[in-house]
Amino acid sequence: MTTFSQYLGDDHGRCDELFAAAELAADARDSGTADAHARFVEAMEHHLRMEEEILFPAFEEASGSRMGPTAVMRHEHEQMRQLFEDMSGALAEDRFDDYLGMAETLLILMQQHNAKEEQMLYPMTDRMLAGSRQALLARMQDA
Amino acid sequence: MNVGALSLGQTPPLRVPMPFLISAPVFLLAGALVLLFGQAELFATRWTREMLALTHLLTLGFLGTIMLGALQQLLPVLAGAPVPAAARVSVALYGLWIPGTVLLVAGMGLGGPWALQAGAVLLAAAVALFVVACGSALWRSGSRHDTIPAMALALLALAVSATFAVWLLWRTGWQAPVAHPVTRLHIGWAAILWIAGLIMGVAYQVVPMFQLTSPYPRGLRRTLVPLLAALLVAWSLWPSPWLSAALAVVLSVFAGMTLWLQHRRRRRISDPTLDFWRVAMVSMLLAALAWMIWLVRPDPRLEVLIGALFLAGFATAAVNGMLYKIVPFLVWLHLTNRNQEAGLGQRGLPNMKQVIPQRHARIQWWLYTTALALLCLSVLFALPPWPAGLAWTASTLYLLWNLIGALRCYRRHLRPLGSEKAV
Repeated sequence: MTTFSQYLGDDHGRCDELFAAAELAADARDSGTADAHARFVEAMEHHLRMEEEILFPAFEEASGSRMGPTAVMRHEHEQMRQLFEDMSGALAEDRFDDYLGMAETLLILMQQHNAKEEQMLYPMTDRMLAGSRQALLARMQDA
Repeated sequence: MNVGALSLGQTPPLRVPMPFLISAPVFLLAGALVLLFGQAELFATRWTREMLALTHLLTLGFLGTIMLGALQQLLPVLAGAPVPAAARVSVALYGLWIPGTVLLVAGMGLGGPWALQAGAVLLAAAVALFVVACGSALWRSGSRHDTIPAMALALLALAVSATFAVWLLWRTGWQAPVAHPVTRLHIGWAAILWIAGLIMGVAYQVVPMFQLTSPYPRGLRRTLVPLLAALLVAWSLWPSPWLSAALAVVLSVFAGMTLWLQHRRRRRISDPTLDFWRVAMVSMLLAALAWMIWLVRPDPRLEVLIGALFLAGFATAAVNGMLYKIVPFLVWLHLTNRNQEAGLGQRGLPNMKQVIPQRHARIQWWLYTTALALLCLSVLFALPPWPAGLAWTASTLYLLWNLIGALRCYRRHLRPLGSEKAV
């Protein structure tokens, strides 16, 4: 039976692949960088939506608090979104070095964020939301 | 599960880790100067005052200071549990650790029982505070990652090793201690479980994070550090060459696996941190090989070489590489948080590669690698130490310059916010 840890953890891996491809394209000053970046951002936005619209509200309802760990996660999502936008702006002006610098920053922000989710938040939701897990996962797949 | 115990956002203020990270290279610089002005026969044996002082400038001064600072920063992220009273603990730790190290090293190098006594008291207090503070954070951790037991064992080893050190000093009448059966235990616990065990526990998380590698195989993650601890206990009780060889094999498995994972990484762009870690792992493999040779053919010069490869190679390279991720990220993160608190966006803030430009990290990697190679050649072929000293001085000054540059970048971007208080 699939868990949030597996489903969302695998999705982190998929996003990482797309990140690495976009970064490599930018490093090579490849004309396809903007497309690679768009694919990465699309995958990330989908992932963030699954959390913000489905997982976090269910967690907040079960724990009775919107100010706990999910507030921190939402805050970091916003920091990531700002970087996505700045990176797109850099590509639009062919500022590849700026793109790579922001990509490095995003990587660390994203990875430390993912580590906290995979090691603490997801296992916790797996236990707290065990009863409604399959229904929530089905909604995520449709999101 | 207690949701309240899970704190995912508690990054300590920049003044918690930064004084440690900035001060540490000063000790490395002092060590480089010892090499630069050291006598030609410096590396003939490890049992001299100069070698003792030099080793502790590296272990306590550079490695220890960075590990103290970095762990206070990493625990909230990697274990989800902040150090209690972080700001006050950090000030107390710094106030005990830095003068303690200066006094102890001065006592070792120049003689003087009072300096050794004062240094030992300060350092023992620092170790006790650090172990209790970090231990309590680990205890409350909501994470079940294998990093947590690895870090706990490393902390335990730090306490054991410090206890052996104080006992040695007391037992030898506060003279700089030389050859004694307990010295072997002090070195074993400090090097193998505190230094290597901690780096392994951190590597389990940061190697996949920074290079997008596959995770370390679960079986290895679970067993390697506990196995090191069990072997170390056996090795402490029975000084058998087979147990030494087993320890060297376990360390080599970790180094080999790290190189393999990095070789198959998904992130393919050039990265100085990656290259520092590769040097670290190759140094570990060479140190293990030298240890194996030493078991068959003991030689005083080989002993110095093992120490150089392990401390100046493996541990120093790993820590130096980590600094190029931790420091720029912290500068970016704290500037971003400050801006958001002030109601400003994060636009216009420097990215990580603007905080420390990659070419500067790359130049320092070249200087460091040259310095390490010269050091090993001087030890192996009984060459005078000054060329290695020159290279270490250059590498360390460059590192310090890069770190100070990062701090200046932080202050420059803080000023528009109207805040006078920087770090």
